[in-house]
Amino acid sequence: MTREDIHSFRNLVKDLSNEDVSRCYQCGKCTAGCPVAIDMDISPNQVMRLVQINSRDRVLASSTIWLCLSCETCTTRCPADIDIARVMDTLRKISVNEGYSSSQPAITEFNKIFLDSIKKHGRLNELELSVRYSLASRQLFNNIGLALNLLRKGKIAPLGTNMKDRNRIRDIFAKSKRFIRGKS
Amino acid sequence: MVESSKDKNIKILTYSEVEEVKGYVGNFEVKIRKKARSVDMSKCTGCGTCMEKCPFKVPSEWDLGLGTRKAIYTPFPQAVPNVPVIDREHCAYFLRGKCRACEKFCAAGAINFDQEDEIINETFGAIVVATGYSLIPWEKYYGEYGAGRYKDVITGLHLERMLQASGPTGGKIIRLSDGKEPKSVVFVQCVGSRDEAKGVPYCSGVCCMYTAKHAILLKEHVPDAQAFVFYIDIRSTKKNYEQFILKAQRDYGAMYIRGRVSRIYQKGDRLVVKGADTLAGTPIEIEADLVVLATAVVPQPDAAEMGRRLSIPYDQYAIFTEAHPKLRPVESVTRGIFLAGCCQSPMDIPEAVATGSAAAAKVCGILSHDELTLEARIAKVDTARCSGCLTCVNVCPFEAIVADKVDSRTVSRIIPSLCQGCGTCTATCPAEAITLSGFNNSQIFAQISAPFEKRAKEVAIGSSND
Repeated sequence: MTREDIHSFRNLVKDLSNEDVSRCYQCGKCTAGCPVAIDMDISPNQVMRLVQINSRDRVLASSTIWLCLSCETCTTRCPADIDIARVMDTLRKISVNEGYSSSQPAITEFNKIFLDSIKKHGRLNELELSVRYSLASRQLFNNIGLALNLLRKGKIAPLGTNMKDRNRIRDIFAKSKRFIRGKS
Repeated sequence: MVESSKDKNIKILTYSEVEEVKGYVGNFEVKIRKKARSVDMSKCTGCGTCMEKCPFKVPSEWDLGLGTRKAIYTPFPQAVPNVPVIDREHCAYFLRGKCRACEKFCAAGAINFDQEDEIINETFGAIVVATGYSLIPWEKYYGEYGAGRYKDVITGLHLERMLQASGPTGGKIIRLSDGKEPKSVVFVQCVGSRDEAKGVPYCSGVCCMYTAKHAILLKEHVPDAQAFVFYIDIRSTKKNYEQFILKAQRDYGAMYIRGRVSRIYQKGDRLVVKGADTLAGTPIEIEADLVVLATAVVPQPDAAEMGRRLSIPYDQYAIFTEAHPKLRPVESVTRGIFLAGCCQSPMDIPEAVATGSAAAAKVCGILSHDELTLEARIAKVDTARCSGCLTCVNVCPFEAIVADKVDSRTVSRIIPSLCQGCGTCTATCPAEAITLSGFNNSQIFAQISAPFEKRAKEVAIGSSND
């Protein structure tokens, strides 16, 4: 194995996110403050380590990258100045791009529907999102009470609205896809 | 301390500050401001009646505000000399012109409210800088640890004061909020140190060991207490240190958890410490009665200014730099100025004693000779060529060049004992009037051309005499 190969995963993450995971010295402050670490199969500091040692499969198949809420507590407190939330986001992108089957299909599906809706309308159509997600997760009536309440308070626009210049949003999607494909 | 204060060869100037240092090795001219202590040192007998009678209490700096002192005070009972000082910022007489209780009760008549600062100018052969350290003001940087809001989040130094039998709590470990004995104590290491984002990137060096000591002493003071220690790496590299850590873990039951603490918050009258156990790969929460932070060792706030005054270099954190990290560890680049203790690097007591002893031995090396041996390679001014522009005076990093007169003409003069032979002046001099002995241009060119000459094999490279 050449030297380049040993660091290929770390370098890919660095290329896509501009964050150098090799700065991590395993203090564990990210895991300590993470509100969902308890439910993750590997802890955030272990994700950093696995990226460092090129352990692609274990990271990309983990539940951790999908359970991350991007609350950025880890990023704020990291003493090595690594934007960990951004690294997690990057790992999700790599995972989708490389066709890893998600360990958290419901979350992945939700993300997909969310992005689809943005791509189509330029902004989120909440009703479409909730209906499509309910269908996909086969839990049709689970959130119906909540949806009605939100409708009544005017938090959800029933028909949704479209943004004016939607082609430009689609361009952003296309460009970011090209960016990831180009790097990996 | 008492012993050295009685030695006839040692003169101690307390409550004094070095204002200016001029000159060079063997001839340092030092201007010292002896601050007005408002007590006549020649009359005071050290009976302590004034401190007893003074009606005004002030938070004690020595006890980090855990206890109080009077407006006339000595910092701690064993202080040398045993002569108190009046804190003019808190003394009622200086603030409002009334009281004079100390003066009334002083049998020796030593109180002198009119005393003024005294400037002393003295010449010294060598200087040892041992200005010590301070701790990082963690409250400024760590909002996640409560930023000083929680009374029961203290530093290791606070605990150290509590453990002192003559200290503010009489040797008892208590919670500052309610005075109760803590049963669950969390120690957090690397607060401010090893933190590139908010603190200093270097390792503070001493915290691993004193935290283990505190965990042991906690168990000895409060037998049913449990210590938890959050650490990143244990650095116990010196003699018997590793065994000491193991003793804290095995014999005193301290629970060591490998991971940093992310947050501390109040829950009822207890504190919740949110940390991680990176070895188990899981977050962990511990309810604590007391949290002790091992805060980073940093230089004194005025270290950089002192460095400038003494012309000794310091790094970006204002830690003084030694002349060579391996071969000249207690010398500064300025000849005759030595470093000892934490002003040079965070270090523990054995190391500080070792550097102090080493610096003292180095000083003896200088003072034991009537004449100094200098480096052969120092700058020399050809006064006939020198135009007296004095550019060299400004560029010399060692302040080794001064203006002089030759036949009423201004020329520069090198102080040989200060010159380090760096060559900056040689390169700068527009008249090429300065040369380095044994390293002048013709010698360098001779060295270069020697290998290319026909008789190259017969010429030894690099040998030349002035």
